Amino acid sequence: MSTVQAAPPRTETDKVLAALGSSERPAPAGPLSSSLTFGWRALLKIKHVPEQLFDVTMFPVMFTVMFTFVFGGAISGTPGEYLQYALPGILVQTVVFITMYTAMTINTDIEKGVFDRIRSLPVWRPSLLVGALLGDSLRYLMASTVVVVVGVAIGYRAPGGLLGIVAAVAVLVAFCFSMSWLWLILGLKLRTPNAVMGAAMMILFPLTFVSSVFAPPETMPGWLRAFVEVNPVSLLVEAARGLMDGVPDAGDITLVLVLAVAITAVFSPIALRLYNRAS
Amino acid sequence: MSLAIETTDLVKVYRSGQTENRAVDGVDLAVGSGGIHGVLGPNGAGKTTTIRMLATLTVPTAGEARVLGYDVVREAPEVRARVAMTGQFASLDEDLTGFENLVLLARLYGYSRTAARDRAAELLEAFDLSASAGKQVKAYSGGMRRRIDIAGSIVVRPELMFLDEPTTGLDPRSRNQVWAIVRALVGAGTTILLTTQYLEEADQLADRISVIDHGRVIAEGTSGELKASVGSGALTVRVADPARRTEVAALLTESLGAPADLGSDPASLSMRVDDPTAVAGALARVGDHGVRISEYALGQPSLDEVFLALTGRPADDQDHQDQQKETVA
Repeated sequence: MSTVQAAPPRTETDKVLAALGSSERPAPAGPLSSSLTFGWRALLKIKHVPEQLFDVTMFPVMFTVMFTFVFGGAISGTPGEYLQYALPGILVQTVVFITMYTAMTINTDIEKGVFDRIRSLPVWRPSLLVGALLGDSLRYLMASTVVVVVGVAIGYRAPGGLLGIVAAVAVLVAFCFSMSWLWLILGLKLRTPNAVMGAAMMILFPLTFVSSVFAPPETMPGWLRAFVEVNPVSLLVEAARGLMDGVPDAGDITLVLVLAVAITAVFSPIALRLYNRAS
Repeated sequence: MSLAIETTDLVKVYRSGQTENRAVDGVDLAVGSGGIHGVLGPNGAGKTTTIRMLATLTVPTAGEARVLGYDVVREAPEVRARVAMTGQFASLDEDLTGFENLVLLARLYGYSRTAARDRAAELLEAFDLSASAGKQVKAYSGGMRRRIDIAGSIVVRPELMFLDEPTTGLDPRSRNQVWAIVRALVGAGTTILLTTQYLEEADQLADRISVIDHGRVIAEGTSGELKASVGSGALTVRVADPARRTEVAALLTESLGAPADLGSDPASLSMRVDDPTAVAGALARVGDHGVRISEYALGQPSLDEVFLALTGRPADDQDHQDQQKETVA
């Protein structure tokens, strides 16, 4: 190929040939290494598209401030008192809302063709998903930090102390990790990121509002209370509230973790199957 | 010579509700190692679906496919370790820079952190993209985009590369660059399966061509063999005086032995030509009769003409209808 017939300069072809020649052939990355590499990709995306952090930072601030000062006085007498009740709930609601980005991310990857490119590589296939989940956890942590910092700034004091807050966030992130599998299924099944967004809103609004996030269930009519009490988000809120209030309820916490494991056990095989056979 | 790709009665059916779309409907391919094999067909013919099955991205509904001797379903990891895919439906992450994309791929292929960065820099240099290494891929032009896509596919040299419509939408200069790169890859020993909508591209690059339509292979051969099936080309003539067009048509038909096609342009006519060497004489004879010809061209048969000859209808009925609608409106 030293003489190439076409117009482009000869050197160009030579450079490509040289690059091909020097390519070594290492063994492809193992599952851990490839998962971490995809996690690195998630971080790079945060760096290049910082707008995506808008939801993670602005929503928590809005929710915390808005609910405290708009409804606080009416519900609990004073905003300060309401904040003590509502902050753990707002923390849970904020992070549960952010879980939907798992579906958005995978769906966008499919739409843009990145998904196919990655699936044609000789690496452990689920590593794309695991890497994305690593990136998601970072987002959960950031949002949690924002909520707590804003809460403390406007007067929230956790009787459970820093340890209580950290434990509550840990339980929350563990539960959200399991929810990600559900989102993956949605993200793989729906056609466009917009459809994902629509479906996510339909699921998340009832799930987070019809719960014990904003008001004690005892004040609600019986039929609604029935739903609130079986809503896993309520359970999660109770567990977080107990930890942050300094009166952790081992039963609630165990139940949340068992639920997280159960959701993962049921939905991760479905998500992985869909992922492997996606077409 | 061992076969790089071998498919038997490969079928892919997509179902949505009651409707059933047989995207690939019994494709048989036998592609030897080395060189470029073209898969030529209009939009929606089943080219991309076929490639997706061969690259283990989609599981066939029926039939068998072996790539480099490995079954695409049962031995998918073996296939993935040896092939690379580039195309409209398999691309890099637009949000990341070109450099980051290549480092990412190199890491996945098993390079160490430093080796991955070196390899990424080397590839960017080879593909003339060093100046844009730090730019997000979404800011790349069409030609740069295609080059970085291909660069990503040769982080480790693949034995077989699928190139899905690599030059669709590119300007001629970028297209030539991509063609030069493709030829270099072949020179280095990689087998390439290329899909394209353009006969010219298949002609320029491919050693053999499979023509595919409605999910089936309807013809196979070298580009010369395919063209022979439609004659060597088409002669288009414009006469200076439209009133004498029929006279010219009669003269040319007499000399070249093919019926003339009188187009909607009152001054132009065209006909299929089997023997291009006879064209000069025929045109001279028209001149001898005192008719002035303002313009003539002897062109290669287009994909449309190949299709017309093979299937009895134009390559893209849909487009054709749209055009007609436009003309009416």
